Amino acid sequence: MLLSAIVSLTLLGTILGLLLGLAARYLKVEGNPLVAELEQLLPGSQCGQCGFPGCIGAAQALAEGSVSVTLCPPGGRAVAQLLAAKLGIEADLSGVADNVPRIAEIKEEICIGCTRCFKVCPTDAIMGAAQQIHVVFREACTACGKCEEVCPTESVKLQPIPATLQSWYWNKPTGALA
Amino acid sequence: MSEYLLLLLGTALVNNVVLVKFLGLCPFMGVSKKMDGALGMSMATTFVLTLATAATWMLEHWLLMPLGIQYLRILAFILTIAAVVQFTEMVIRKTSPGLYQVLGIYLPLITTNCAVLGIALLNVQEKNSFMHSLLYGFGSALGFSLVMLLFTGLRVRLALAQVPPAFSGAPIGFVVAGLLALSFMGFAGLA
Repeated sequence: MLLSAIVSLTLLGTILGLLLGLAARYLKVEGNPLVAELEQLLPGSQCGQCGFPGCIGAAQALAEGSVSVTLCPPGGRAVAQLLAAKLGIEADLSGVADNVPRIAEIKEEICIGCTRCFKVCPTDAIMGAAQQIHVVFREACTACGKCEEVCPTESVKLQPIPATLQSWYWNKPTGALA
Repeated sequence: MSEYLLLLLGTALVNNVVLVKFLGLCPFMGVSKKMDGALGMSMATTFVLTLATAATWMLEHWLLMPLGIQYLRILAFILTIAAVVQFTEMVIRKTSPGLYQVLGIYLPLITTNCAVLGIALLNVQEKNSFMHSLLYGFGSALGFSLVMLLFTGLRVRLALAQVPPAFSGAPIGFVVAGLLALSFMGFAGLA
């Protein structure tokens, strides 16, 4: 009884998987491989700040060459440079602010617990409930800035990532070297 | 012949899957903002629902029943439905990239459309024959499409109407859905 259940479901899964695999081979869409590579370089948070519905849309436009490589605000200079290198073009990076990495931070004393910020967060990096003070998960935040826009009390702000024992480093040496 | 016609009419209107059985409400509210999206969703769901009822009937009668493992029904059905949806997605992506873009995230979500699993389980419960099951699925899908298109038309007009601020957006959509459901209760007189 138990054996027949295990065997039949395993067989069912294998056969369906096989059929889908075959279908994927025969119904393959000839996409532009460049689009997939460009999408890998983008942050992937689908925040929509570039004006496209998601990173895949931005990657397609980039592959067509209809937009500049500086289109991704959360990616900043680093992503723009990567994209320019991938596309083999010279990027004009003067318009891109060289932001230090930032993440959202909530000032607890003025957060009113309206839940607006965690509704718009594309990466679920904000935790909270109505009338409760919200918190940001630093690991998940991509600094897309959507929460900053909707906050009615301006308690969410993008701040430079505070130095911790893991991220602190010596300042670069200044002054003339002998 | 008239028996089949009655079955189709009964599942599409009298026992409408969305407005009478309240299954498949997510696409009903989610993809009903634009006509082309709703049309594509209706066609995709019709295809999946019909194919899934056929597949689940075969699964139930040729695999689960002979082996006496009906307790695995939901698991096996979901597996099959997921495969059918995946297949549909591939076909649509190949044949109509425009429709694929319009449907977007809602296409894979047909997997979790409770109408698809619900109809398959109802078929088992009512011990329908293969032909009946197929028509039951197809009729339900027709009902789903009908309601979907009706509701989308209403919502397109609602977008232009002056609605009190407290009701604008989703709330008035739900109110309209409720009124539509009320009016579909009138078809119960046909039965």
